[in-house]
Amino acid sequence: MTADVQQSGAEVLLRALRDQGVEVIFGYPGGAVLPIYDAIFQQNSIRHILVRHEQAAVHAAEGYARSTGKVGVVLVTSGPGATNAVTGLVDALMDSIPVVCLTGQVPTHLIGNDAFQEADTTGITRPATKHNYLVRRGEDLARVVHEAFYVARSGRPGPVLIDLPKDVLIARAPYQPASTAPHRSYRPSTEPDPARIAEAVRLLKGAKRPVIYSGGGVINAGDAATAALRAFVRATGMPCTSTLMGLGAYPSPDPQFLGMLGMHGTYEANLAMHGCDVMLNIGARFDDRVTGRLNAFSPGSKKIHCDIDPSSINKNVAVDVPVVGDAGLILQAMLAAWHSDGQTQDRAALAGWWRQIDEWRAVDSLAFRQDMTPGATIKPQYAIQRLYELTQATGRDTFISTEVGQHQMWAAQYFRFDKPNRWMTSGGLGTMGYGLPAAMGTQIAHPDALVIDVAGEASILMNIQEMATLAQYRLPVKVFILNNQYMGMVRQWQELLHGSRYSESYSEALPDFVKLAEAFHGVGLRATSVDDLDRVIREMIAVDRPVIADICVDQKENCFPMIPSGAAHNEMILGPGQQARTASITNEGMMLV
Amino acid sequence: MTVMLEPGQQSATISVLVENEAGVLARVIGLFSGRGYNIDSLTVAAVDQDGARSRINVVTSGTPMVIEQIKAQLDRLVPVHRVADLTREGPHLSRELALVKVVSSGAERSEALRIAEAFRARVIDATVGSFVFELTGTSEKVESFIALMVPMGLAEVSRTGIAAIARGTSVL
Repeated sequence: MTADVQQSGAEVLLRALRDQGVEVIFGYPGGAVLPIYDAIFQQNSIRHILVRHEQAAVHAAEGYARSTGKVGVVLVTSGPGATNAVTGLVDALMDSIPVVCLTGQVPTHLIGNDAFQEADTTGITRPATKHNYLVRRGEDLARVVHEAFYVARSGRPGPVLIDLPKDVLIARAPYQPASTAPHRSYRPSTEPDPARIAEAVRLLKGAKRPVIYSGGGVINAGDAATAALRAFVRATGMPCTSTLMGLGAYPSPDPQFLGMLGMHGTYEANLAMHGCDVMLNIGARFDDRVTGRLNAFSPGSKKIHCDIDPSSINKNVAVDVPVVGDAGLILQAMLAAWHSDGQTQDRAALAGWWRQIDEWRAVDSLAFRQDMTPGATIKPQYAIQRLYELTQATGRDTFISTEVGQHQMWAAQYFRFDKPNRWMTSGGLGTMGYGLPAAMGTQIAHPDALVIDVAGEASILMNIQEMATLAQYRLPVKVFILNNQYMGMVRQWQELLHGSRYSESYSEALPDFVKLAEAFHGVGLRATSVDDLDRVIREMIAVDRPVIADICVDQKENCFPMIPSGAAHNEMILGPGQQARTASITNEGMMLV
Repeated sequence: MTVMLEPGQQSATISVLVENEAGVLARVIGLFSGRGYNIDSLTVAAVDQDGARSRINVVTSGTPMVIEQIKAQLDRLVPVHRVADLTREGPHLSRELALVKVVSSGAERSEALRIAEAFRARVIDATVGSFVFELTGTSEKVESFIALMVPMGLAEVSRTGIAAIARGTSVL
C-alpha cells in the first residue's frame, strides 16, 4: 500500500476513478457530496455532466455504458439524491448494464440518527444493485472503488453503489492502486466447459429444425462476441432470432435473421421457436416477454442455454445442455468445435426447415397499410420505417434509444439494426422516461453520431427536464415523438382485455411540443399528415441542435403481431382482422402483466 | 424445525460460507424474501479464528428446481465464498439447541424432570415453581421433547435453529 496520506477522501476517490479510466460522470450536487464537487472543480481530466434529476443521471450512464461497453458513472447526493437514483439502478440491474453509482451519505457519527437528507441507502439499494458498499473508513476507500468497477463490469454486468459518508470524503486517506489479486469471494467463471460445448455442437449438428436465439448477453460480451455470433450463424446456415435487448448483434437485414421474437416478435421468429427441434439460447434469459405461456413454450425441442450467470439456467425453462461462460468465448469455442466435429450436418433437413420458415415469412406479419394521399394520417410504423430509411441515407452512425410502450416495439420492429451497441432501450424494467437521458449519455460518448430518442408523448414527459441538459452541453439529441395522445400500450391492452374501457390512458392536456422544444432552447417540428413526414425527418436530422419532432400518428393503431399474455407462440394475433381470437385470453392470462 | 411439505416440495439444508462483512446476512435474507423462497430455520456465526468468515445454515423447502435456484442465487452474491447443499451432497449431521421453560408443581413437575432425564436434557435453572431445560439434538428430538412438555406446564421455548455439517472428510 502506498502510504500517501496527503489527499482528502474526495481526492482519493477521483484518483481511483481516473485510474479506472473514467472520463465522464453524470451527477447532481448536494450537501453530502460537496467535497467531491470541490475536488471535481480543481481538476480537468474527468468531465462532469450536470443532469436535472438523479434518475436521469443513471439512465444517462446506462446509455453511455450500453453504447460504449464501458462502465457508466453516476454521482448523487444523500437522501433524495440516492432514492431518486433507485429506478435507474433497478433498470440497470434488470438489463445487466455496468454502472457505478456514488452516493453521498451523512457523516458516520450521524448515520442512524435520522439526520437531514439521511436515507438508509445501502439498505434501500441492496436488492436494486448487483452489490453495494458503505465506506466507513478512509483507508478502505480506494480499494472499494477499484473493487466496485471490477464487480460492475465482470461476470454478468450490473450496477454497483458506493455510499460515501461526508467525513470520509473530507478526512485524509491513503491511496492504493487497483489490486491484481483475485477477489476474496467473487469469481465469475467465463471459460466454458469443453464437454458442454461438444455436447451442444453434437445436438446442433444432428438438428433438423434448429434455431439460434440470441440476447443482450452477446452485446455485453463485446465486439468479439458479435463477430463470433455472425460467424457461427453463417457457418451453420441456421435461422437466428433475437430478443429486444440483443438487437444489432446479428444484422437485421440479413436473410438468416428472422426478426425479433416474443410478445411483439415476428410470426416466423415465434413459430420457428415453437416448432424447432434444437434451440440454442446464447446470452438470453427465457424472459416471460419471450416465452409466452411456459408450459406451451417450444414443446418439442432440446434446449441449449449459454449464460454467464448460472442462476439464469433452469430458472424459467428447464434446459438440456447448460453452458456457463462468456458469450464470446462460448461462441468461439462452438465455432471451432463445429468445424472439428466429424458429424455431418443434415443440410437437406435444414433446407426443408428454411422452406417452412419462408412460408411463415411470406405471411409478412409486419405489413401495414399507409394511405399516401396528401393529408392522410401517419401510421406509426411508417414513421419508424421512414426514420430508418432517411437516417440510413445519411450514412451517419445512428444510435436509437426509446422510452417504453408501443413506440418502443415499433422501433424494435421497423428500425433494422445492423451493428451492436446502437440500440438503447429499457427491456427488463420497462422504465418510461429512460430514453431521453439514455440518448443524452449516448451523445456524450459519441459526439458526432446521430442520436435519436424514439418516444411517446406520455413517456417523454417523465424526464422532459433533461432538455435543459441537452441545451447546456449543446447535445444535438433528436426526440422523435410518436404522438397518438394515448398511453398507447395501456390503451391497446384496455382494448384487447378490458372491453375498450380506456381508464386514465388518454394523454389529456398535452404541452405544445414545438413550443416546449423552443422553451428549452431547441428546435420544435411537427408532422400532422403523411406528406409532412419526410420533410420533418430530414430537417430534424439536418439541424445540429436538440430537436423535438412531434409526429402526430394514428391514435387507434395497435402493435402487432402480439402474443396475448398467457398465450403460446403459436397463438399469435397477427393484426386487427384477427382480434376475435382474443376470446381465447383466459382469466389466468388476464392476471399476467 | 420440521415443516409440513406440500407435494413435490423437498426440504434442503444449505450451508453458506460468507465474508463476515456488514449487511451480508441482510443480503441473504433479502434474497429469500424478495424471491419468495422459504426460510424454515436460519443460523449464523463467525466460524474462523480471525472472524473473517461466517457460516450461515439455512433450512429451506421447495421444488428441486427452486432449490437449485436458491443455491445459484446465493452463489451469485458477491460476499459468498461457497454454497453447499448438505441434503444432496451426502450424509450430514444437524443439531440444534433448545431452552425449554416449564412452570408447574406436584406430579407434573416430577414427571417433567423424569422426561428430561430420558431425553438427556440438562436442568440449567430451577426455582420452586419452574425449570429451564437445555436440550441439544435433531429438530425431531427437540420437537418431541417440547410436545411431551405441553401437559407438564410448558411455558416458553427458545431454539437456536440448526447448525449442520457434512459427515466424513468433506469440508465446506
